[in-house]
Parts: sequence; C-alpha cells; structure tokens
Amino acid sequence: MTLVESVLAGNRLALARLLTLVENGLPEGWAALNELYPHTGKAHRIGITGAPGTGKSSLVNQLALFYRQGGNFTPRRVGVIAVDPSSPFTGGAILGDRVRMRDLAGDPGVFIRSMATRGTLGGLAATTAGMVQVMDAAGFDLILVETVGAGQSEVDIARLAHTTLVVEAPGLGDEIQAIKAGILEIADILVINKADRPGVEATERALRNNLQLAHSAPRSFQHHGHIEVLSEHPQKDPEGSIWTPPILKVVATEGDGIAQLVDAIEQHRKFLEISGERQRRELMRIETELENLLRDTLVARWRTTIDAAQYRAVLNRMAARQVSPWQAVQQLLDGGEG
Amino acid sequence: MSEPKASVTERKIRVVVAKPGLDGHDRGAKVVARALRDAGMEVIYTGLRQTPEMIAETALQEDADVVGLSVLSGAHMALVPRILELLRLNGQQNVKVFLGGIIPDEDVPRLIEMGVVGVYGPGTITEVIIQDVRQAVSGSAGSSPD
Ligand SMILES: Nc1nc2c(ncn2[C@@H]2O[C@H](COP(=O)(O)OP(=O)(O)OP(=O)(O)O)[C@@H](O)[C@H]2O)c(=O)[nH]1
Ligand SMILES: [Mg+2]
Repeated sequence: MTLVESVLAGNRLALARLLTLVENGLPEGWAALNELYPHTGKAHRIGITGAPGTGKSSLVNQLALFYRQGGNFTPRRVGVIAVDPSSPFTGGAILGDRVRMRDLAGDPGVFIRSMATRGTLGGLAATTAGMVQVMDAAGFDLILVETVGAGQSEVDIARLAHTTLVVEAPGLGDEIQAIKAGILEIADILVINKADRPGVEATERALRNNLQLAHSAPRSFQHHGHIEVLSEHPQKDPEGSIWTPPILKVVATEGDGIAQLVDAIEQHRKFLEISGERQRRELMRIETELENLLRDTLVARWRTTIDAAQYRAVLNRMAARQVSPWQAVQQLLDGGEG
Repeated sequence: MSEPKASVTERKIRVVVAKPGLDGHDRGAKVVARALRDAGMEVIYTGLRQTPEMIAETALQEDADVVGLSVLSGAHMALVPRILELLRLNGQQNVKVFLGGIIPDEDVPRLIEMGVVGVYGPGTITEVIIQDVRQAVSGSAGSSPD
C-alpha cells in the first residue's frame, strides 16, 4: 500500500507521517496532496482564534467532546490542528495545547495534531491548508483549527474556515485590541469564554458595540492589494434574514453553553449552504491558496537560481543605504543596478 | 535574515515531553522542555498524569521523533516497558525514548536493554540531553507506517 492508500484506509500512523511531509513542504507531501485532492471538500472547517489564554484549547476540547458524544448529532470524526508560535530567536517551540485536550485521549474518532508557526511568512496558511486537506481526505467530517490571534494569521484562518469563532474572555483588557486588529470582522460567531469570571457584562457590552461597527459595512477582505467585497448585498436566506454574528457565553472548563454554541455553528453551516456563501467562500479560498502557492513556488524556484554571494552583496548595499529595498529587489531580479 | 534559505523544506526534531504516573511535579519536565525549545526543537508538552496509552497516542498523532519521559514516583520499571511496547505496537519502534527523574543506578542497564536511549538523573546539564537527542535522531531514518 502507498502512503496515500494507507491514509485513505484509515491508518493513523500513515496520516501522522503524511501530515509531517506536508508540514515540511517535502515533494512527497505535495505529490500525496495531488492524489488526495479529489477526496477533499467534504469536511466542515471551523477556525478558533483569539488572544492568548482566552481558552481556545479548552473550547476545542469541549466542542470535540460534544460532537463525539452525539446529542442530536451522529458522532462525527473530529480532526484538530492546534497552532502555537515558534520562537523567533531559536526556531523552536513549545506546543502546549494538548494539555487542555486530555478528555479526547483514547478516542479513535479524534485526531489532534500540534503545529508550530515556524516563522514562514504567508507559508503558514499554505501549510495549514495542506494539512487540513489531508485530514479532510482521511475522513474527518469536522476539522477544528486553533490559532493564536495575532494579526494576519486570523484572516488567513478565516479564509480557510467555513465558520470562524473568535474567542474573547473578560478581564483581559483586549476589547480595544480586538477592534484594532479587526478581529471582530472575521467572526462568524463570537464566544465570550470564562463566563464564570467577573466582568462578563462589560465584555459583552463592548463586543456588542464594536460588532455593530464591524458589521455595519459590507464584509470585505484585503485581497492581493485591493479590497474585495465579500458580500456586497448581505446574503438573504429564505426567511429573508442576514447573518449577524451571535455572541455566546460559555465556560469551556465546565462545558456550559457548548450545546448552544454547537447549535449556532450548525445554523451558520445551514446559512452558508442556503445563501450560497459557502460556495463563494470556497472559491475565494481556492484562489488565495493558488496565489499563495504560486508566490511560494516562484520565490523558491528563483532562490535556487540566485548566487548567495550576490544576494549578500545586495543586502550589504541595502544596509549601507546605497540602495533602497525596491532597488535591491530590482537588482536581484533583473541583475541591473536599479 | 542572513542567508537566503535554501528551500522551504525544513526538518524539525519533534519531541513529546510527558509525565507518566501519578506524582505531581513537572518542574523538571518543564525545564527540559524549554531547553529543547531553545535548542530549536518543537516540543509537544502534554502535562501531568499521562497514562502510557495517552503518551503513545500523542507520539503517534504528532509523528514524534523523540519521547522524553519524566518519572519521579519510582514506577518507571512498570511504566517505561509498557510505553515502549505500545510504541512498537503502533509501528513507532524508531521513536527514541529518553527518561529523566529519580532512577536508581541498578535499574539503568535494564532500561537501556529495553530500548531506552538515555537515562538522566536530577541535575543533569540540559546541554548533555540536547546533544544526545540530536545524535539519536540523526542516526535514524524515521518510522514507516507499513
Ligand atoms: N475560569 C475559567 N478558566 C478557564 C475557562 N476556559 C479556560 N480557562 C483557563 O484559562 C487558561 C487558558 O486556557 P487555554 O484553553 O489553554 O487557552 P488558549 O486560548 O488555548 O491559550 P493559548 O493556546 O496559550 O493561547 C487555562 O488555565 C484554563 O484552565 C473558563 O471557562 N473559565
Ligand atoms: Mg491553546
């Protein structure tokens, strides 16, 4: 059996190995993705993002538990990708999200993979997309992707996800930060976790105010240079309503409010289907994926053609302020003097 | 940014750091985890009171190169063989297992014989562990799923 066949047959070690190949950007990984691609597109992808320590991992734990235990749902297979930052100094990382997911241990219907950001600018999105596709092809119906909220990465996750949860918690003083980062704009569902803590009402009020600001305009994405309007006219479902991100209070450590959250996710999933938004998002995601890949591939290809000494010489000229970054790029690409 | 990177491919050493058993101290495990991180490795930290089954499952899902165990309770002669056996059953016989904690000298040869790569007492310099991990990993080709 090839690695791909083993993955499709449900071999967990094969899945783990393939995730590594994709994560490391190895040719075998890309080749496998080619083969797996026809098997993808079935899973519902949920992004979970928010400031450090808001309880994202605890929430993933509860969500996965809930989906696995059924309720009104047939138990679904749940894949988790938990991203933590790499140290910019050493390139190493401590990936600690599993500590909060121990309730999922021993369940063969769950597969958790930790992942470091590895400082690959832009590349993280492509790598994560590849890993999500592997899990999708391997038959996980629900894929939860946890990312630390820090700027561009949430937007990339929002593109990757069908449903994006933005997690806030009272008492972090991040209400202001949230607006600055524009994080509310990517939220399909807002979760106030740690609702057992004081200050919930204040957080909810702040969110409600900011949410009106964030969603009063058509939703738009910064998309290669120009702003692309996501829903020029808000999508209408047959009842004539538009999607307004609900604000839900939960206590992830106890599981309070999880049933309501799962319900909201299900409603959003239906909204995406009925409104045609799912297809629109999928097209945009695919285009972004292609653009990212194209850029990464072009850069990688070009790098093999450039001589390290020449690269260094241009860098040095830049450092000495003899050439500007734009001139430097020109010199590297055209070999000219800019 | 100094050199242009040769390519986007990157091989990171992935280490699962786990504390099997019931003792409640993970200070040592955390020190080692941080040291390995500072040496550029990716450390999957799993927390206290892990069963051998949980540790093997984590090593599998994370496609770990290395499993670092910290045992202070004295139960290592029961826990370690079980973990090694589970790794083998999962097809991960190539995973390098290291052990730290309070391990009596007379147990060390038997642990090595079972397949543990290195045993470290309290106060071991982390540089030594880092060196050993690097060396052990560079000597193996990785596990195969078949
Ligand atoms: N009181 C209370 N504490 C919580 C709740 N949810 C999570 N916590 C605690 O908050 C801390 C952080 O939880 P995590 O789930 O690790 O948060 P995270 O957002 O995944 O953290 P990072 O991945 O480090 O960004 C832990 O100590 C949790 O036990 C909650 O609902 N109530
Ligand atoms: Mg987390």
